[in-house]
Amino acid sequence: MRHLLSSADLTRDDVRMLLATAAEMHDVQRRDVKKLPTLRGRTIINLFFEDSTRTRSSFEIAGKWMSADTINITGKGSSTSKGESLRDTVMTIDAMSVDCVVIRHMASGAAHQVAQWVDASVVNAGDGTHEHPTQALLDAYTMEQRLGSLEGRRVAIVGDLTHSRVFRSNAITLRRLGAEVTLVAPPTLMPSGIRPWAERDGLHLTDDLDAVLADGPDAVMMLRVQRERMSGGFFPTPREYTVGFGLTRDRLRALTDANPEAVICHPGPMNRGLEISADAADGARSLVLDQVSAGVAVRMAVLYHLLAGEEVAA
Amino acid sequence: MSDLLITGVTWHDADGTPRTGDVAVREGTVTEVGRVEDTEGLTRHDADGLTLLPGFVDLHTHLRQPGREDAETVVSGSRAAAVGGYTAVLAMANTTPVTDTAEAAEHVQRLGRDCGLVDVVPVGAVTKGLEGAELAELGLMHRSRARVTVFSDDGRCVADPRVMRRALEYLRPFDGVVSQHSQDPSLAGPQACCHEGELSGRLGLPGWPPVAEASIIARDAMLARHTGGRVHVAHVSTAEGLDVVRWAKERGIRMTAEVAPHHLALGTDLLTGYDPVYKVNPPLRPTEDQEALREGLADGTIDAVATDHAPHARHDKEHAFVDAAFGMLGLETAFSVVHDLLVTTGRMTMADLARVLSTAPAGIARLADHGRPVAPGEPANLVLVDPTAAVTVDRDASHSLSRNTPWHGRTLTGAVHTTILRGAVTAREGEPAPC
Repeated sequence: MRHLLSSADLTRDDVRMLLATAAEMHDVQRRDVKKLPTLRGRTIINLFFEDSTRTRSSFEIAGKWMSADTINITGKGSSTSKGESLRDTVMTIDAMSVDCVVIRHMASGAAHQVAQWVDASVVNAGDGTHEHPTQALLDAYTMEQRLGSLEGRRVAIVGDLTHSRVFRSNAITLRRLGAEVTLVAPPTLMPSGIRPWAERDGLHLTDDLDAVLADGPDAVMMLRVQRERMSGGFFPTPREYTVGFGLTRDRLRALTDANPEAVICHPGPMNRGLEISADAADGARSLVLDQVSAGVAVRMAVLYHLLAGEEVAA
Repeated sequence: MSDLLITGVTWHDADGTPRTGDVAVREGTVTEVGRVEDTEGLTRHDADGLTLLPGFVDLHTHLRQPGREDAETVVSGSRAAAVGGYTAVLAMANTTPVTDTAEAAEHVQRLGRDCGLVDVVPVGAVTKGLEGAELAELGLMHRSRARVTVFSDDGRCVADPRVMRRALEYLRPFDGVVSQHSQDPSLAGPQACCHEGELSGRLGLPGWPPVAEASIIARDAMLARHTGGRVHVAHVSTAEGLDVVRWAKERGIRMTAEVAPHHLALGTDLLTGYDPVYKVNPPLRPTEDQEALREGLADGTIDAVATDHAPHARHDKEHAFVDAAFGMLGLETAFSVVHDLLVTTGRMTMADLARVLSTAPAGIARLADHGRPVAPGEPANLVLVDPTAAVTVDRDASHSLSRNTPWHGRTLTGAVHTTILRGAVTAREGEPAPC
């Protein structure tokens, strides 16, 4: 494995291997002394063109716990602003002979393009509305911790699918692991071409959240609604969104009535009261904080498999 | 200027019948075809196996001068045009400053004349500064030495129906035409950068739906009918848009259309690697659209092939896909692409190519001296093509100042051999004449 750009880069076996390594890393995380020598002498650049708290810090911690030198670089806004092209920026970094570039960018495909240009390994830490493969891995990891194997498990992904990189990566990884995936959104927040796409990839589509919950899915993944989508372009008002697609207290009850073991995920940050109620976010069925905790272990596993080649194994 | 004797060449009669023989050119005019009796003073060009067509006319070229001389100049663009078989190119108005005055149009025309490799015909902006709000000085541009007849805000759609209506009404007395970039900007987000469909959904790229094109073509067809004005649909890219063009033509509405070689030959699937060389506006479309466009060109619904030659400096393409500049090179490869795609496969004849690359576009732009048949008394604006030569496109061999060709590395059958403007050879076997 040279890069991790898309969840589609990972076979089922790759996912299994990464999740197994993540479990070992998770054990390390529970020790008092967390530092492993694994990536000593390796340099990881966290190149973040877009704000991020949990993803950036978890990559940084993951690198540090494996003794890599991790450096954070915050890129400026859109590269169409005067000055450097994206290529110039990353070539400058690559010229410093770093081993890995972890990139977050507001443009879909940025990680793919960067991987074409640089010698370093590239990890996609979220590219626009395209993908976020480590998020999908940590979601799968978290769900498996609670549910066991995801083979045949039913997962509903609810909300702004059009603009969600979390959805795109999760749909791929969950299918790799054998889960049944149902997508729930108003038609305006379904990505273009979703019908042939869903057919090809074996995804179910609906705009009826209540019917999905009454069916007792094993996991419900609520997606964040971005503030800038709330001004009437995609749905009339936040209130109407919540009534149609929010995991309200009543819906939480309907879900747990139908399946008491069901779990609830959210990639964060949450809009409490909009897509998810406090009861759902903080209740016993919520995995939200487990997801954050798993984030470090999963990113350790990814960096380990990308960077701990034979030459550093000694 | 030396006078020419082109020997052993194939050309087409007015009715499209191929003929073979010799063609004499004296003082910029075709003087004899078939058997040339008096060869005194003629420079002989052996053209065995080659076909002589009227010089190509590109309705849609971006020469970038003034303003972006790092990407292209009138000289470099003229060299590329001559190598590509063109004897006239219409230079789009989206330069800096915009070609929205008579002076700006005359300036571009003068730069073309000074080079002399191709007739550079300025396109005037429809609206001041391409802003879509107030009409540019359409009449003054037309009355200028540049005789501007084609007007376009290309790169942008004349979206306001009131402005489009006024432009069509105003242009009617002097037979001007609006070349419309048919794309309703309000039907897509500001970052739209590809075809809206399954692939854009998967790639997370904001797209233009085909209806954004078809709805503007439909509106413009109704405005053309209402005003009696003339609308030319620039780079039609969708089957839906083409349907509307067909509908309009069947009703006698004064609407013409062009298609770009890349929309005929390249599909959306090329975007999977997010390589901005494939980023173009309108975007590459799925296979079904490509097939409909090929059919539309072959059956005459689409009048012309136009390159939308859009050079860009490397640093304007090496951004994230949504941020990169739109457009691809086209002048040097258009003939080979279309020949390879449609003539070698038997869907069109060489005479059809003469129509879509020369006669029809010259008619749309009202260029009296271009797109003329190979016949005595006609202006010698001609191109010799080799239907059997295979060319492998090498971006580093381009005469454009830019390198953004999507055809790099492809091998195509059919090559431009020699281009002749008013009897003078402007390019031969890939090399432009000095200018």
